[in-house]
Amino acid sequence: MRLLDLKGRIFLAALAVLAAGAALLNLVLPEGAVLHVPNYMVGLIGKYLCFALLALSVDLVWGFAGILSLGHGAFFALGGYAMGMHLMRQIGERGVYGHPELPDFMVFLDWKELPWYWHGFDSAWFALPMCLAVPGALAFLFGWLTFRSRVTGVYLSIISQAMTFALMLAFFRNDMGFGGNNGLTDFKDLFGLDLKDAGMRAGLLLASAAALAGGYLLCRWMTVGKFGRVLVAVRDAEQRTRFLGYRPEHYKILAFTVSAMMAGVAGALYVPQVGIINPGEFSPANSIEIVIWVAVGGRGTLVGAALGAVLVNYAKSFLTGAAPEMWLFVLGGLFVAVTLFIPRGILGEIPGLWARWRDGRGHHG
Amino acid sequence: MAVRNAIFRLVLVLFAAGACLAPGGGSASEGIDAALVLLAEKSARKRQAGVEALAASGHPAAAPILSAMVDGKLYYRKDDKRLFVVAKRGREFDLFDPVAGEQAGTAPSKSLKKVKVNNRLRRAIRKALAGLNLTHADRGLRLEAAAGLLKSADPGLRPALAAALESEADGDVRAAVELALAAVDIGPDSAPPARIAAAKRLGASESPEARALLGRVVGDAKTDAAVREAARAALQQIEDRLELYRQFGAVFQGISLGSVLLLAAVGLAITFGVMGVINMAHGEMVMVGAYATFVVQELFRTFAPEFFGLSLAVAVPAAFLAAAALGVGLERSVIRWLYGRPLETLLATWGVSLVLRQAVRTIFGPTNREVGSPEWMSGAMELAGGVAITYNRIWIILFSLAVLAAVMAVIRYTAFGLEMRAVTQNRPMANAMGIRSRKVDSMTFALGSGVAGMAGVALSQIDNVSPNLGQAYIVDSFMVIVFGGVGNLWGVLVGAMSLGVVNKFIEPFSGAVLGKIVILVALILFIQRRPQGLFAMRGRAAEL
Repeated sequence: MRLLDLKGRIFLAALAVLAAGAALLNLVLPEGAVLHVPNYMVGLIGKYLCFALLALSVDLVWGFAGILSLGHGAFFALGGYAMGMHLMRQIGERGVYGHPELPDFMVFLDWKELPWYWHGFDSAWFALPMCLAVPGALAFLFGWLTFRSRVTGVYLSIISQAMTFALMLAFFRNDMGFGGNNGLTDFKDLFGLDLKDAGMRAGLLLASAAALAGGYLLCRWMTVGKFGRVLVAVRDAEQRTRFLGYRPEHYKILAFTVSAMMAGVAGALYVPQVGIINPGEFSPANSIEIVIWVAVGGRGTLVGAALGAVLVNYAKSFLTGAAPEMWLFVLGGLFVAVTLFIPRGILGEIPGLWARWRDGRGHHG
Repeated sequence: MAVRNAIFRLVLVLFAAGACLAPGGGSASEGIDAALVLLAEKSARKRQAGVEALAASGHPAAAPILSAMVDGKLYYRKDDKRLFVVAKRGREFDLFDPVAGEQAGTAPSKSLKKVKVNNRLRRAIRKALAGLNLTHADRGLRLEAAAGLLKSADPGLRPALAAALESEADGDVRAAVELALAAVDIGPDSAPPARIAAAKRLGASESPEARALLGRVVGDAKTDAAVREAARAALQQIEDRLELYRQFGAVFQGISLGSVLLLAAVGLAITFGVMGVINMAHGEMVMVGAYATFVVQELFRTFAPEFFGLSLAVAVPAAFLAAAALGVGLERSVIRWLYGRPLETLLATWGVSLVLRQAVRTIFGPTNREVGSPEWMSGAMELAGGVAITYNRIWIILFSLAVLAAVMAVIRYTAFGLEMRAVTQNRPMANAMGIRSRKVDSMTFALGSGVAGMAGVALSQIDNVSPNLGQAYIVDSFMVIVFGGVGNLWGVLVGAMSLGVVNKFIEPFSGAVLGKIVILVALILFIQRRPQGLFAMRGRAAEL
């Protein structure tokens, strides 16, 4: 299989057009022009692209390795917290209390010095790698513990859910040193540039698009070659793969760790665009919602996962504005309808429909 | 009126005669008169001497007089300094003779002056009242008085205590008086042997006063070494016992939490353990049960408030039926199409859970609903050392065990249970034997959901009934199942109880939230070692 098939090319081209177009139309055209893209729309698109990257990371493990992780929100949130810590340190003396060293919430809690794990986050050279390293390390540890003892299927799902649940409870605690309930917020700037600046927003949008494209290529690269074939074999018949002489746990751990790092990058890009990260991101409900994005778009299709994330989140933005009480009915209905009626997702069903349509035409013609 | 006065006089005469016959009775009567004169004095010190004299007299009228004084109802006439207990009626006061109790006419409030009571005097009166109440006819008052004297530990009341002990017949009161006596005896005025004996007696009590008294003796460097040693030993004895009570309390709390988890998990054990279906909407079945309880109680409140005590008894089957009906609906419409695809089942049932929560929120509103406890369930049993056991917790423990037993009985002894086991063990063979496995699936799911609904009745008694009720327990119940071993009801029992008890033992050291995290992490690690749980299934069923 080639690294870039037709579907992939269309996806990357559409992504480039969308991101570059939105950024350009936002920056070049004056406000009020017909084609001007308003600032909030730039932020919204950037947010969707982060979710798409997150969905991609879930699709890598669920679609190709058969690991239904109900805890991927944790990796996303950890990446976000790493970025949030860097942004907090960038505030410097501009906080409400004006403390040169401590973030506001620590001054409020009457802390005297920075906890050890906050050191180093003032430097982007340390903080940005941490956005990958922290989720990656947790995923490696988690995978090391579970995959080697052959915890699979729903057990794994439940344990991953327990993991993110435990992290949520932990991050809610004030004495963890991550801002407790309120999380990290009031960010000012990144790399010395104001986060509210239009250029900065467009830059973040482009960075998200680039990360999504990179993530897509990485997933493709991992899944088209031999590694990908073994991964799919593990998904479909783990025992048989093992008997053929492969070590499924190694493949799973690697895929899981890479996936978690992708989720971490998504979180790190998400936080400066929405301006807050709090423990709610760890909630099990969030993690399970990611899975439905992938299911809607098409499990194991990568492009479908990204598409599903954008579609479902667009529906969410639209419905929570128009009819807030309807949103959960729709989301719940989506879970049921997708699993019952389109188990392969939108992109997964298209080839079959396409073939049927072509066959039908062939008969007539 | 004349008749009443005559009777009063007769009583008075009889009383006077009795007082004269009693040894030293005459002097007591005199003592009270002298004391009453002192009470009307301006000097607080003299009034206090009056209070003490009154208390020492042991006169039957002493206690009412002192009570009236504390309550601000004791006045004296400005002209002749005669004391009266008054009943206020506007500007006119009804006067009562303090000793005889009979009415002595009325007087304008201006002509009277209140006997003033300052804090010091109030303390003295309380103590005196306690001493007097020691021999009161009412058992409750005697107990109260002894407990009060334990607090004050006043050597001056030792004779009164000793006398009370002589005459006391009631066991509880005797124990309380003995304790108060020991509290006096351990003071620095007593001889060392008496103090050692008192320390031993105090060591048998858990009251904070006893601990404080012993602690004072231990802390006082001037005390005799042997006495200090005895006090230290007694204190240690108390601490050990209190620790034991605390442990007992923690175990009870743990079992109580465990029984709640058990209730939530038994239904899950049926659907997950027996059918292999991950039902993420299981928590919502619990919630539906709790709301069914609410509805039943509302009906009772509206139509039959006098039978409100029975509402829970009606709510149990109602909740079972409501949740079971919902379960059948869920099985027929969604889960049936997803057998053999556990991950998809998980997602679909999560969707159902979202819909159910939102539906309940739309129907009943997002706020907590009030579910009452019938009288026979409220209240608590106070154990020593501040450990209280609430009755509703006990009922829930019993209820959860009864539910577990009932479910086990259904599975083991009924025809339906037999079919259920057959389908679980070998579906094609069961089909071949003429069992309609589809129907059994529905029924099994109904049973599991119904049990969850009954759990909701219990939870409505101790938790807020809100749309998110089920969510609070779902992760924990999955942990119970995974820990106890899938498909094993005994494993569920052991898993729930041990999780509950461990949780409550960790909590004091680390706080509730951290305790939960510790448990979750410990469980994640546990599953590494024993992926099949504590009670692993053996044989062919293990491969399902």
